[in-house]
Amino acid sequence: MKRRDFLKNSMLTAAGTFVVPAFIKPFEALALDELTLYKNLVVVQLSGGNDGLNTVIPFGNDIYYQKRKNIAIKPQELIKLDDMQGLNPNLSALKEIYDQGWMSIINDVGYPNPDRSHFRSMDIWQTASDANQFLSTGWIGRYLDSNCQSCKFPYTAIEVDDSLSLAMKGKTKKGIALKDPAALFRNTNEPFFKEMMNNDKEHLDEDNLGYLYKTMIETSSSASYIQNTSKIYQDNFVYPSTGFASQLKTVAKFISSGLKTRVYYVSLSGFDTHVDQTPQQGRLLKQYAEGINAFLKDLKQNNKLDDTLVLTFSEFGRRVEQNASNGTDHGTANNMFLFGGKLKKQGIYNPAPDLQDLEAGDLKYQVDFRQVYGTILDKWLDVNNAQILNQRFNTLDFI
Amino acid sequence: MEKKENFFKVKHLYNRAGFGIAYPELEHLSRKNLHKSIKELFSNAQKITDLSTVDASETRQQLLMQAGLNGKKDFSPEEKEQRQEIIRKISQKGRDLNIEWIQRMISTDAPLLEKMTLFWHGHFACRSGNPLFSQQLNNIQRKYALGSFKKLLIEVSKSPAMLQYLNNQQNRKNHPNENFARELMELFTIGRGNYTEQDIRESARAFTGWTYNKDGDFEFKPNIHDTGSKIFFGKTGNFDGEAIIDMILEKPATATFICRKLYTFFVSDTPNETHIQELSSCFYDQKYDISAVMKKMFEAEWFYGPENTGNKIKSPAELLVGLSREFFVTYNKPQVLIQLQSSLGQYLFNPPNVAGWPGGRSWIDSSSLMLRMKIPSLVLNDGLIDFNAKADPEEEALLAINRKPKIQKKSYINAEANWEKFLSTLPKNCSAADLTAFLLQPLPGNKIRNLIASSSDLKKTAIEITSTPEYQLC
Repeated sequence: MKRRDFLKNSMLTAAGTFVVPAFIKPFEALALDELTLYKNLVVVQLSGGNDGLNTVIPFGNDIYYQKRKNIAIKPQELIKLDDMQGLNPNLSALKEIYDQGWMSIINDVGYPNPDRSHFRSMDIWQTASDANQFLSTGWIGRYLDSNCQSCKFPYTAIEVDDSLSLAMKGKTKKGIALKDPAALFRNTNEPFFKEMMNNDKEHLDEDNLGYLYKTMIETSSSASYIQNTSKIYQDNFVYPSTGFASQLKTVAKFISSGLKTRVYYVSLSGFDTHVDQTPQQGRLLKQYAEGINAFLKDLKQNNKLDDTLVLTFSEFGRRVEQNASNGTDHGTANNMFLFGGKLKKQGIYNPAPDLQDLEAGDLKYQVDFRQVYGTILDKWLDVNNAQILNQRFNTLDFI
Repeated sequence: MEKKENFFKVKHLYNRAGFGIAYPELEHLSRKNLHKSIKELFSNAQKITDLSTVDASETRQQLLMQAGLNGKKDFSPEEKEQRQEIIRKISQKGRDLNIEWIQRMISTDAPLLEKMTLFWHGHFACRSGNPLFSQQLNNIQRKYALGSFKKLLIEVSKSPAMLQYLNNQQNRKNHPNENFARELMELFTIGRGNYTEQDIRESARAFTGWTYNKDGDFEFKPNIHDTGSKIFFGKTGNFDGEAIIDMILEKPATATFICRKLYTFFVSDTPNETHIQELSSCFYDQKYDISAVMKKMFEAEWFYGPENTGNKIKSPAELLVGLSREFFVTYNKPQVLIQLQSSLGQYLFNPPNVAGWPGGRSWIDSSSLMLRMKIPSLVLNDGLIDFNAKADPEEEALLAINRKPKIQKKSYINAEANWEKFLSTLPKNCSAADLTAFLLQPLPGNKIRNLIASSSDLKKTAIEITSTPEYQLC
């Protein structure tokens, strides 16, 4: 479909019941500075519970070596960041990122009464709930619901996947999941679906049928917008050939082409390393670091690094002591990584985990993960975090 | 006129109380009094057959072997292989169980029984890594699906799956674990606002000693049970678990809480408090007899009111089962049913948390809606699958072991609709409009009328109609 047709159809479908949506404002009409000032958040989820203690290694603490006789990373192998902590050698691609001041590490992030079930803890991280609270909306979803100035588009949040995570689902608004913009565009442009969406005024009521039609129409117009905006952008930066890197490449393409999307969501799976951990985790960390390295450099080249903040989390860390199978079991607090060109506090944000003062063999958290979310909501996405997190969280100083 | 109205009502009843209805049966029941249709649903639900895919002794043996291997320090290559093999087998059993149930829903002659089981599956939501436990719990939920809520509640509370999921194995005298007691009141019976934090602490003590043994049977362990005096709902006594359950059921608020949930599952996303009260008094007066309250619901005039028909978003299970029943679909590769559940956001036996699937509009987002509208052409026309479900967090350990990156191949859905049978059930001279009226519960608007106006081929019409937003509603 041509751009002009898309605009015309959007007008038609939006007439009457809805106010003409803002997304039909032509791309060309946006002032250039409005585009460059557009700040993005990229959330990277490491699924399975990444072992943070073998990711950022507290080599300065003997307890680490006592508790992890078979799987500890030796001081001469790791990449030292200060006298206490160093990076897993498989993260070598992050060294130059760290040295550039584009990386910040927050140690010991968690929440009270931590849950060790993957599913439940992931739920807690994605919904930003308390440990004993069940929310059916995600924290980014509620950001979309808040209807703020910067989150009014149906494509404000994009997950590069075939299905949408709970984090991205609000009560009235939801993000869009897509792996390939061209494929979604093709799907929504199949003649049958086009016909179903065409010139439709009768179904846009507040009832469930209206909701279905509204979702369908928004999906279609978003797919057109995303495809038409991003296809003009030539991506020539070379990424590693991994699934994770290709997700990030898609995100970089969207950001660099000026898509007015504020939150992107990607994930990397396989971190549940109970047995024979070292090679498995190493392989994944390498994919992670090399993907992030390419992504940040690509953004830098396109002058987008200053407008981008990358957040990495996993649903929990692992226990301090290794298990009998050269692996680690489900634990509690974990480190989080932030990347971007405008970090206020670069490098290691707070003291390394205290391996002496444990709770039944697990790390005690220093920072509530909702303080990290709250900081991003307040200072990067320009909404009051209390509105999204249902209570006020004190902000941190990393941005 | 009477018959046409009845046609609509019977179809609505079977959509909500079951998974749809075949044309000849609908035609037959439309000629009768509506009570007869309701009666038939209940009489068909009397024959209860357990799910039986998971063999108890085989599973026990595998778990025992796994536990033995887990205790080892170093693995020989054979042991490593053995360990992976057991994990694979157990996880495959879990999937087999899922498939047995969804195939049961597709083929059952007791749709009300399976629909009620599906309701309780979401109400007493639970995940277990042990497929035997999952199967036991599902069979409890079926056995009492239309029976006594009290018995159901007690059996669920004593099931290894739930004891494990809500940490009651760790709930012991002097070291209470409150997880089970909290969810019992918050989600399973009375709901927030009807109890205090003290009620949770005290009732947790009453459930100490409720455990299961290594054979997967309930076992009350007196030595870890707290026999001290407890204060619950303002009363003092040496209450045990069953006494606590009795006291919770004595509160009419429990009947109301359950009826509100039944209402949102079977009637409408928008609760009508008057109607819920009607159900709730019946449920309470009939001593929590589930059949009684369900009959009351299906016989209520408001159940068939325009505000309650054709406006409910089908759950993924309802959509998949309904479509498969309607067109007599055979899945040559039943595994695909799991992929579909997962992509649509309702992977049975794997609810998001103990609160179950939130339902309603939360089923729908841009990707799930596009997929829903694509599924009929995939299933009915054997299309190419070009989407992948997310990895389940519980399967991360498997992913971690499996070193090779997962190569995601495109595959065909490999299902066959029995068109001949479907078309033969339709009346002679069935028009596209007749077929549409049969397939859709919402009344067709202009768009649908235009769509079918040019259609002469019933097969094409059926695929198109099932691919509309309207078909997502029942």
